[in-house]
Amino acid sequence: MLLQALGKIAQTLVVLFIVSVASFGLLKLAPGDPIQIMLGSEFSQESYDSLTAELGLDRPFLVQYGDWALRFVSGDWGTSYVARTDIFTYAFKEALPVTLTLASFSLAFAILIGVPLGVLSAVKKDTAFDAGAAVLALTGTAFPSFLLGILLIWFFAVKLGLFPVMGYVSPWQDFWTGIYHIILPGLTLSTYFIAMITRLTRATLIEVMEQPYIAAARARGEPAWRVIWVHGVRNIAMPLVTILGLQLGTLLQGTVLTETVFNLPGIGQMLTSAVLGREYMVVQAGVMMTATLFIGVNLLVDLSYPVLDPRLRARK
Amino acid sequence: MSVQTQEAPVAAPIRKSRRSIFLRRPFFTIALVVALGYVLGALFAPYVAPYDPVAQDINAMMKPPSLAHLLGTDSYGQDILSRVIYGARYALIIGIFSVLIGAAGGLVIGLAAGLSGGWLEWALMRLIDSILALPSLILAVAFIAILGQGVDKVVIAVGLSMIGPFSRTVRADVMQVRVQLFVEAATLMSIPYLKVIWRHILPNVIFPLAVQVTIRISEAILVSSSLSFLGIGVTPPTPDWGLMIAEGRAFVSFAAWMSAMPGFALALLLIALSIVGDGIREEFDPKLRRGA
Repeated sequence: MLLQALGKIAQTLVVLFIVSVASFGLLKLAPGDPIQIMLGSEFSQESYDSLTAELGLDRPFLVQYGDWALRFVSGDWGTSYVARTDIFTYAFKEALPVTLTLASFSLAFAILIGVPLGVLSAVKKDTAFDAGAAVLALTGTAFPSFLLGILLIWFFAVKLGLFPVMGYVSPWQDFWTGIYHIILPGLTLSTYFIAMITRLTRATLIEVMEQPYIAAARARGEPAWRVIWVHGVRNIAMPLVTILGLQLGTLLQGTVLTETVFNLPGIGQMLTSAVLGREYMVVQAGVMMTATLFIGVNLLVDLSYPVLDPRLRARK
Repeated sequence: MSVQTQEAPVAAPIRKSRRSIFLRRPFFTIALVVALGYVLGALFAPYVAPYDPVAQDINAMMKPPSLAHLLGTDSYGQDILSRVIYGARYALIIGIFSVLIGAAGGLVIGLAAGLSGGWLEWALMRLIDSILALPSLILAVAFIAILGQGVDKVVIAVGLSMIGPFSRTVRADVMQVRVQLFVEAATLMSIPYLKVIWRHILPNVIFPLAVQVTIRISEAILVSSSLSFLGIGVTPPTPDWGLMIAEGRAFVSFAAWMSAMPGFALALLLIALSIVGDGIREEFDPKLRRGA
């Protein structure tokens, strides 16, 4: 099992390496010559050459990559010309926490609403409730989240005045104000996942409920809630964790849109303004962070199977 | 891998007096009609749209829906209905062409990964993993950063970002096909390898790929309109739904129709396409065809 885990980790590192080379290449492929931009409109060939040498841009690609990778790992990500701040502080310490907060709240919403909804649909299979949940789930998976966000702002913030229109307060600093600000964005982002979890929970639970161990539990006279919520729901954890891990990318790209709708200063906003301002180093930082996060979580999901399902633990 | 002992599937699927798919799946039929309606609207936009989609009218700025402007006007006085109709053109063109780019790239990489062995396969698989390590929107954003903005750039960026998922499914299909008896037989008959690929493997991979293409058009439309919504995709005054939704966002408190109308057009198309996609998948994907 340890060997298996190590193999997975090695594979992950290779993927991370390819992604890092690609995002380093992004900087090289980007239009515009950084030296020319730095020197302005008038410069001599000498000053051009000396700045090129000073920045190390005359060295071979691989050497430059190695240099960049070392600096990246040590947290030296360069300076943003537009925001006039250190990119590491901007991206990692300011934007990432916002995105992670939004993502984790949405995930919590999605599980807290999606799983019960799915379980109820499975238990009340082929009733009006089930049909209603199915229609909602289908709409939820296909509905564009940014439109939903605007509609929620229009209805709950503008018409009813219940929630703030936009803005961000960290729940880690001021918990209740933070929650108050994150409910609408959280709901916007989680709708897709609520719908997806509902569908998945319903489908897997219906299969699980036909298993012999459920019949056995029923035969033992266990109460219905225990049969469903303990014996049933425990067995849908595996597929749920798998799908959630795979869908983390969807969650991350959802945050990009949700942040723009609600004006939250997260990675999404950072990326968009960086693309518009042609700040390739910031784009690169955002791409690297997203990829690392996604790859890391998928590794954790892979490694978590034996913990979740005792049957997968390697026997000696 | 275990040797396949099961009988080869019968060539033609047995259709025991099954009713037409349109009768069995009423939602699929409705969704298909809706989607076809969009296609027709897009094709005949100049005849259907009441106004020029980019004509600005200073006297009719931000007018709510009325008889003169059925869906209202935007902050430049452009007719939203006309823009929504022309928007279908851009949505469908971007969606279809970017999916085709993704499918073509996926076919090449997936075939190569599925047919090669050893280190090449390993390297290609890690390459696919790396593409899949970034969500398609983020990847498209990165490509846009390099390419710049515009309809053609969006098509390329979205298309490139979809290569990952396509290559994975193509490779999976290739892996299944290449161990089949007819491939083994063809190889034993010393038919040239490329011809085996062309005549025996490719046809069995193309059909599931075509199904994937129809399913993923909605994803491509969603990603491209997301790019436009973020303000880094198609540039104004192109009548693009994502762009229109973004433009209306600032006026949501007193002119909600500006975002809502193109938004509903987009949402309805996506829902219709996803129902059509689900139907196609359930009909043609043998793995899902049970209890249906």
